[in-house]
Amino acid sequence: MKKMTYREAVKSALREALRSDPRVFLMGEDIGRYGGAFAVTHGLLEEFGPERVRDTPLSESTFLGAGIGAALGGMRPIVEIMTVNFSLLALDQIVNNAATLRHMSGGQLSVPLVVRMATGAGRQLAAQHSHSLEGWYTHIPGIKVLTPAVPADARGLLLAALRDPDPVFIFEHATLYPLEGEVDESAGPTEIGKAVVRREGDAMTLITYGGSLGKTLQAADQLSVEGIEAEVVDLRSLRPLDTPAILSSIAKTHRALIVDEGWRMGSFAAEIMAQIMEGGFYDLDMPVARVCSAEVPMPYAKHMEEAALPQAATIIATVKKML
Amino acid sequence: MSDAKVEIEREHALHLLREMVLIRRFEEGSAELYTLGKIRGFLHLYIGEEAVAVGAMQAFTPDDAIVATYREHGQALARGIPAGSLMAEMYGKANGCSRGRGGSMHFFDITRRFYGGHAIVGGGLPIALGLALADKLQGRARVTACFFGDGAVAEGEFHESLNLAALWKLPLLFLCENNLYAMGTALARHQAQTDIRLKAQGDGVPADAVDGMDVLAVESATKQAAEAVRRGDGPILLELRTYRFRAHSMADPELYRSKEEVEQWKARDPIALFVARLREWGLLVDADLAAIEGKVAREVSEAVGMAEAGPWEPIEDLTKDVYAPAER
Repeated sequence: MKKMTYREAVKSALREALRSDPRVFLMGEDIGRYGGAFAVTHGLLEEFGPERVRDTPLSESTFLGAGIGAALGGMRPIVEIMTVNFSLLALDQIVNNAATLRHMSGGQLSVPLVVRMATGAGRQLAAQHSHSLEGWYTHIPGIKVLTPAVPADARGLLLAALRDPDPVFIFEHATLYPLEGEVDESAGPTEIGKAVVRREGDAMTLITYGGSLGKTLQAADQLSVEGIEAEVVDLRSLRPLDTPAILSSIAKTHRALIVDEGWRMGSFAAEIMAQIMEGGFYDLDMPVARVCSAEVPMPYAKHMEEAALPQAATIIATVKKML
Repeated sequence: MSDAKVEIEREHALHLLREMVLIRRFEEGSAELYTLGKIRGFLHLYIGEEAVAVGAMQAFTPDDAIVATYREHGQALARGIPAGSLMAEMYGKANGCSRGRGGSMHFFDITRRFYGGHAIVGGGLPIALGLALADKLQGRARVTACFFGDGAVAEGEFHESLNLAALWKLPLLFLCENNLYAMGTALARHQAQTDIRLKAQGDGVPADAVDGMDVLAVESATKQAAEAVRRGDGPILLELRTYRFRAHSMADPELYRSKEEVEQWKARDPIALFVARLREWGLLVDADLAAIEGKVAREVSEAVGMAEAGPWEPIEDLTKDVYAPAER
């Protein structure tokens, strides 16, 4: 076990992949000479050279599509999109090609592509760099959506994505990069599609993922001081979704609150609520609740941004109302 | 078309003619089957453009990759995908080249490195770029040929892909089939610069234009370009100037062009022109043409037979191949 930041954990997986598999290469904006917008790839250009750590022009659609083509051609590309808002420029390639080619070709094609991008708010970057759109991506059959919340998963899920024969999208909440955690660098990949219980409890199930895990755990700790023991489920993978893990926790607690940084309307939280209704309705003592972002483009001013996002205080208040 | 005699083996000449006639008759048959309701969805016919697919395809080896558009029947047949597998695909049958999941717009055949069949205009270019990048990174002397229409030059991905191919010196041959219309919008009505070569050159890609109604001109230009690309000289764009004789799709009433314009282009029918030339050069006699027509008619009829007899994919397989099957 080694203490390292989320950023170092991602880099550890990238380096391991580049070292162990000659088919792996990285491609994205400012990942080489600049060292990565979030410094994740810093030093990799020097270590692996410009053929394998490729700086691209600001052509998101085309370099993501080139990742699809290179995957078809036998490579294992890892494409970095600087932030989720920029990924919208590549949405055509993602939705129309990456997600469709296996099925539409009658199973002939395989797109073993890994796409990483930063997501989420909390850094006063306003309405074009701060959104949490991973929920949108879960709407698309044919791709997988991962949201590692701790350094060990950032490494383990990236290694798993590289072994996956299908396109895998990894959403890294940008506030997580400097956070430290224990990482076992000899551990292999983390299985895709498995949620994990981060904290046990019987009063309530708090379901969350990615950048909201920290706030949710913080809320649970404070509730514990008041004698309320909440269980925290970290989804880790949004598609495939570990529905059994959600339902088994609810069977124990009979109450559920979802914490999701996406906007409330049409949110991933809504999907979880629907799945609980379908599979856990009779285990519930009361309606499922959710804490999501306010229905506004993310504002710049600090107090306004904080007010727009799920916070530990909001989570605590909502839990208390439910008990 | 120059009337100067080109050195060409009779056998090869007859091969080119047979390929063009196969596309023409296959598509005439497809149109008929569409009106009978056997083929549904969108059907975009290639009739008039046969010299482009047939001429160009002579330049590629089985190791090269082909990326095409939703108007890809010609390329697919010229690449050697059996007509029956294509017809079955258009019927939606499980013995189709994409198991009936794609239809007319989405032919795939990985054994022939035929990577679609793309119906988002311009969307195939980045994929072709990636295939070429994979070859370059793996040190393979292969060419990726990317077909697209004049409509695609309006897309950002066109310029982005040309720029990256040039920047990274990729073994990619851009084949722009300029049939003058992006669906129903004439090139001059959607582009301020209508000379596609200049656009390519602006993106750092050498470009040339070819008479796309002359199968030999297309063959010769494509072979020369493919050779340079294969050598590692970087990407090249060829603009193949052609014309679609039929409507954009079966649903198109053709309000945007005159009958006279269509007739003028039909006077340059690539098959008729080639037949006349071969006769003039003494490489073709009536019996040859009859033999080709007979052979093609049988092939199309067998293709229809294969489609008619083909099985439907079981509904239980609906979600098969959305993801790879789990390893465990």
